[in-house]
Amino acid sequence: MNAVLSVRNLTKSFGGNRAVDDVSFDLARGELLALIGPNGAGKSTCFNMMTGHLKPDGGTVSLNGSPITGLKPRRIWRLGVGRTFQITATYASMTVVENVQMALISHHRRVFALRPYAHRLYRDEALGFLDLVGMAAQADRHCAVLAYGDLKRLELAIALCHAPGLLLMDEPTAGMAPGERTALMQLIADIVAQRQLSVLFTEHDMDTVFAHAHRVMVLNRGRLIANGTVAEIRADRQVQDVYLGGGTLFSALEPPSDA
Amino acid sequence: MGLFIAQLLTGLANAGALFMVASGLSLIFGVTRIVNFAHGSFYMLGAYVGYTLMQVLPGAFGFWGAILLTGIIVGLVGVIVEIVVLRPVYRAPELFQLVATFGVILVIQDLALMIWGPQDLLGPRAPGLKGVVRILGEPVPKYDLALIGITPFVALALWWLIARTRVGILVRAATQDREMVGALGVNQSWLFTGVFFLGCALAGLGGAVQLPKGGADLLMDFNILASIFVVVVIGGMGSLPGAYLAAVLVSVLNVFGVTYLPQSTLVLMFVVMALVLMIRPYGLLGREEVAGDPGQSGEPERPIKPAGARVRLIVAAGIALLALVPLIAPPFATVLVTDILIFCLFAASLHFLLGLGGLVSFGHAAFFGGGAYTAALLVAHADSPMELALLLAPLGAGLLALIIGWICLRLTGVYFAMLTLAFAQLLWSLVYQWGDVTGGDDGLVDIWPPDWASSSTVFFYLALVLCVGGILALRHAAHAPFGYALRAARDSKRQAEATGIDTRAVQWGAFALAGAMAGLAGGLFVFAKGSVFPNELEITRSFDALIVVFLGGVKTLSGGVVGGAVFESVKDVLTRFEYWRLALGLTIIAVVILAPEGIVGSLRRLGERLGLLRAPEDGS
Repeated sequence: MNAVLSVRNLTKSFGGNRAVDDVSFDLARGELLALIGPNGAGKSTCFNMMTGHLKPDGGTVSLNGSPITGLKPRRIWRLGVGRTFQITATYASMTVVENVQMALISHHRRVFALRPYAHRLYRDEALGFLDLVGMAAQADRHCAVLAYGDLKRLELAIALCHAPGLLLMDEPTAGMAPGERTALMQLIADIVAQRQLSVLFTEHDMDTVFAHAHRVMVLNRGRLIANGTVAEIRADRQVQDVYLGGGTLFSALEPPSDA
Repeated sequence: MGLFIAQLLTGLANAGALFMVASGLSLIFGVTRIVNFAHGSFYMLGAYVGYTLMQVLPGAFGFWGAILLTGIIVGLVGVIVEIVVLRPVYRAPELFQLVATFGVILVIQDLALMIWGPQDLLGPRAPGLKGVVRILGEPVPKYDLALIGITPFVALALWWLIARTRVGILVRAATQDREMVGALGVNQSWLFTGVFFLGCALAGLGGAVQLPKGGADLLMDFNILASIFVVVVIGGMGSLPGAYLAAVLVSVLNVFGVTYLPQSTLVLMFVVMALVLMIRPYGLLGREEVAGDPGQSGEPERPIKPAGARVRLIVAAGIALLALVPLIAPPFATVLVTDILIFCLFAASLHFLLGLGGLVSFGHAAFFGGGAYTAALLVAHADSPMELALLLAPLGAGLLALIIGWICLRLTGVYFAMLTLAFAQLLWSLVYQWGDVTGGDDGLVDIWPPDWASSSTVFFYLALVLCVGGILALRHAAHAPFGYALRAARDSKRQAEATGIDTRAVQWGAFALAGAMAGLAGGLFVFAKGSVFPNELEITRSFDALIVVFLGGVKTLSGGVVGGAVFESVKDVLTRFEYWRLALGLTIIAVVILAPEGIVGSLRRLGERLGLLRAPEDGS
């Protein structure tokens, strides 16, 4: 299989607690893969090892066949991995378009340039990315006054600047209203299809996951307990146990069986 | 062997006062996040108040009673300072309060001068502890032994208070999460006031307790400041056992240094600190600071834009007007404006680091003085011409900044600030004690510009070109990708790193650039004055620059320059009075309370309110 991202036997402990225990999976080109699990399952730990924020105790992460385990976040980004944060991280003192321009300046390796005016560099290119995520109208607003959902879309624009082949998104819709969630996920799905991107995302909201993911992995107590299509995961007894102790899980999508 | 033990005991005795003062500073910082620059002043106040009380109260009971009473009195003074000066500015931008505490230093200095006069006071001996004890043939003062015995009890009492009482639990909780403690219904204001009382009382105790050994003088405040910062940093911010350990280490080291390495006593302390921090970045017993993105307090900075045509015209007109100064103003004004220009460049260089980079350096004097000494040493020892010296001054300072920055940037926040301060002090002590090369306290004199630039008019134009050029260069850098990357690293290190920006390298570069510009200012300063003394490297120099940047407005591009111009001018007027420190201190405090956004920030707000400037959009 020609995997964009391959994770093998990834392991990480904090003290005596195995936060991530022998996790292995592949992510194919063009795939939208969701990593779900209850609180404390190890999603974020898993995620942070792929983005370079945490060093694994064991196991490997490879991008297009070459190992990236333990590389710094900025090196991993250079190799074509974009990411967004669970809690948005943007440059509050800049305008929206300048946020994107900053990423483009880094993309074009001109961070240390002292001569040109930064606000003129790659402005059109940046506006293009903002247009893509539907933020062009707000390009010259102060980033600090944006609504939360708009910040999330801005982050997505920033993540696309380096023409990544892989997007890692940590809870892309956390803290958003249901309507906004669907809109953002649809946007992501469109961009993925259009640019042949691969996406790995963690998510709390099951509606979002089942509506958009191509494939779902379930993590519980650091172990992968299921890996399959949406339908397979829904039917998985073990997953249902993990989530609701055996009760019916996905009531929002299914007609309630009683009352 | 006897000498060794005697010295060890002296060191342990000296550690007592140092521990008390340092633990107070650590406590105040832990809970209120205020770096109390005035802590040395409370220590000095303790010495003076204790002195007076000991004159009044008789006997041994009076002596020890006076010490306790001093603690309470100084603590109460601290409470007044907290309520009057600091409370109004808790909501001001981060670290703004330290400007207010600097104002307090000046006020207390002059009040002490008014009340107790300029002469050093010899502390009274402790009744019943006047003699010495012979240990292995070496005399050890009885009072030293008493101090060695008392200090652990003070430390233990403090530990008990913090670890075992309800108040202590609140204090510890507040150290970790102020907002949560507030949400649990604890009155934060009184908690802060209480901690300030305790911290200042400890400083006062320290001052009173050392009276029989050191007496009281007007330089005590700054003399101890560097030491307590070092103790707090070596021990680990907020760790009481750490503070005790570090106080002992520093004091013992000092005593042995005086005996075995008399030329390097001052340097030694800072070398040890640098070593400790390289191995344990958060101090001996300190815990790693939970560093997220730095908490932006107040509203975030606004986006910046290069000046438009109109502003450029105004600035050009202003520079042209400045150029007329030597032609129309009296000679002393030319000299004064030269000084102001140099100071503005110095302030602008710190502002670049602090405002754009969010890197609060407490030791920026290292680069001003570094440039000044580079130039002066070149002239004094290599007979180099002024032109070459002025070229090498920024290079020397920039190189220095590269070295210091490489070490300091491994740390963040207040540890970074303290470490920069320590390196500035290290440099100062090096210059001060390496008399053969640097002239030590006598400085390097007779360093004048060559004939063509010797008139104050010509030198004024030279300074004008270089300073305005330097300031404009810094401003341009702010608008260039490099300046944007620096702001990006400040706003969100996470995002910057996740988009390929090597934030530490960017900050390192900014450190070097700011250092070089400060060095240029320092080089010009030497030729303007014809001499250089170690005080150009002192804490007060660094503080001057900090005050100016904060007063001018951290979150505005021109804050450094405007603050520099205003501060130097005001200082020039005020220093003609006898009690100028008092006046300057009160002025600073007034500005802090009335204009917490700094001069430029407040003017901008006023302009927006009057409709002269376009207001920013409100939060949507």
